[in-house]
Amino acid sequence: MMETALTLQRTRSLRWRWLWLTPPVLFAALIAGTAIGETSISMDTVLKVLANQLLGADYAVDRIDAGIIWNYRLSRAIVAASCGAGLALAGVVLQALLRNPLADPYLMGISAGASTGAVGVTVAGIGAGAFSLSAGAFAGAGLAFGLVVLLAQAAGGGSCNGRSAQASGAIILAGIAGSQLFNALTAFIIARSASAEQARSIMFWLLGNLSGVRWDDVVLAVPVSLAGLLVCLWHRRALDVFTFGADSAASMGIAVRPVRGILIACVALVTAVMVSMVGAIGFVGLVIPHAMRFIVGSRHTRLVPASALAGAVFLIGSDILSRILVPGQVLPIGVITSLIGAPTFALIMIRGMRAR
Amino acid sequence: MRLSAEQLGWTAQGRRLLDNVSLDVEPGETFGLVGPNGSGKTTLLRMLAGLRRPHSGAVLVDGRAMSAMRQRDIARCIALVEQHADTTDRVTARQVVALGRTPFLSPLRPWSSQDEAVVSRALDDVDMRHMADRLWHTLSGGERQRVHIARALAQQPQVLLLDEPTNHLDIRHQLSILRLVRQLPITVVIALHDLNQAMDCDRVGVMEAGRLIDMGPPGQVLTAERLHHTFGVHADLVDDPLDGSRIMRFRTVV
Repeated sequence: MMETALTLQRTRSLRWRWLWLTPPVLFAALIAGTAIGETSISMDTVLKVLANQLLGADYAVDRIDAGIIWNYRLSRAIVAASCGAGLALAGVVLQALLRNPLADPYLMGISAGASTGAVGVTVAGIGAGAFSLSAGAFAGAGLAFGLVVLLAQAAGGGSCNGRSAQASGAIILAGIAGSQLFNALTAFIIARSASAEQARSIMFWLLGNLSGVRWDDVVLAVPVSLAGLLVCLWHRRALDVFTFGADSAASMGIAVRPVRGILIACVALVTAVMVSMVGAIGFVGLVIPHAMRFIVGSRHTRLVPASALAGAVFLIGSDILSRILVPGQVLPIGVITSLIGAPTFALIMIRGMRAR
Repeated sequence: MRLSAEQLGWTAQGRRLLDNVSLDVEPGETFGLVGPNGSGKTTLLRMLAGLRRPHSGAVLVDGRAMSAMRQRDIARCIALVEQHADTTDRVTARQVVALGRTPFLSPLRPWSSQDEAVVSRALDDVDMRHMADRLWHTLSGGERQRVHIARALAQQPQVLLLDEPTNHLDIRHQLSILRLVRQLPITVVIALHDLNQAMDCDRVGVMEAGRLIDMGPPGQVLTAERLHHTFGVHADLVDDPLDGSRIMRFRTVV
């Protein structure tokens, strides 16, 4: 009994100690994202600008520097953090619900569907502004996921239960088919309806691009990613119970249909909002949750916040790299995440196989 | 707790997997379900556990219709040990058993020392306390099955449903799991393949093509005639000179 009480205490204090790291780590990453870039601005200036804006201080700084830091870099870093957290959470949820280590919004075709929706809205010009763009992306994401699940069910049967290896393979194949279909649709819409200039900017955005990000994007990205985090935390035990599949979860008191519906809708919404802002950034939802499982374990009480934090830091870091890797040129951030993500994933996969 | 089924029916792709099954399990009873593969044992257990809504008929828990109960409330009194429940996640035995506390927790009601005590007791009950921190993929089939039973016991159920819990286990683990189940002071419904093991149940029910064709004390139900008819085997019933219990020997029907 005493031994149990001790372990309990130990795990608790460990969890708390760990949570205290979150604000400073995130803050440091945001500062780094703000301080590092094509134009070199001294840390001193960065801190002065932040103090001016946040604390109402009155330091004398160059107005151009101030503009770059506040309107360009900080908003960009915050959106990068939100996207990273949101996409990592989407991966956590999909991997738990589908019982499939390869599940990820990018591979499952959700990002592709969101892109199609967003491009459809942009080119067709239904409404204007970030909200209708997100709404279009959400419709596309939901449509893509529904199609992928139906296809997997037709092929493997009971895909969402993930009872057999065949079923879990089926959903990945269905995801590939869905991605291809929606990417083709996107290309079709662009080729048919977009002007040459529109086409160029859309193609750049499709690869993942944070250049256009401003404060009005922050206002959308932060609440959405925080809401996603809260929904995941609220359902952390349900996510745990899916360890042995949907039936097992039901036998332990989870109302599978509504819980799965809420979580999938949450994934689709978060993915859609992020894609409509910064394009389809791959591998975040795949690599981050796997890496975090190695560090904090499979329990979602820890995995969810750890993945959100790591995803945020990872995407800020990728964004910094995309700006400084090739001097004088900003790479699409999706290129960076894939360059880091693909080998990391291969490594994790090999290690995971060996451990078994 | 009394668990009853009233005229349960279930049809999938034109096949009647369950046909008019009625059943009353008495409180504290150990009820064995036997029948050939595909006779509907698993389907019936899943329905009794509230995983499937019957297409016709109803499951009653102490006279209350299960369809009107929340999944969470069902899980607080009925636990199920499935036949194939596996995972590739890196979880320890203790973490798996802790999942059994889910129906008692909520996002705002955190894990308590009482939950911890229930988990430890469940691990003790299946004699797995010393392996509590082992990772799932390092456990043998018998150990995994014991962890699953401990997980079900952590739900503190009044009815425990087990779907062929001795499948794929060596004889020693088979016997230890059956002894464990028999010692439990709760209502147990257990699907079994080994008919000799079914002899130890208080009552057995025989399933055939989705119907419950016979039910009663094992000595009365599992007769040579019944075995010939349902399982298509010839059985010799022998009395064990050691303790006088009934043993069945099987031969194929020529």
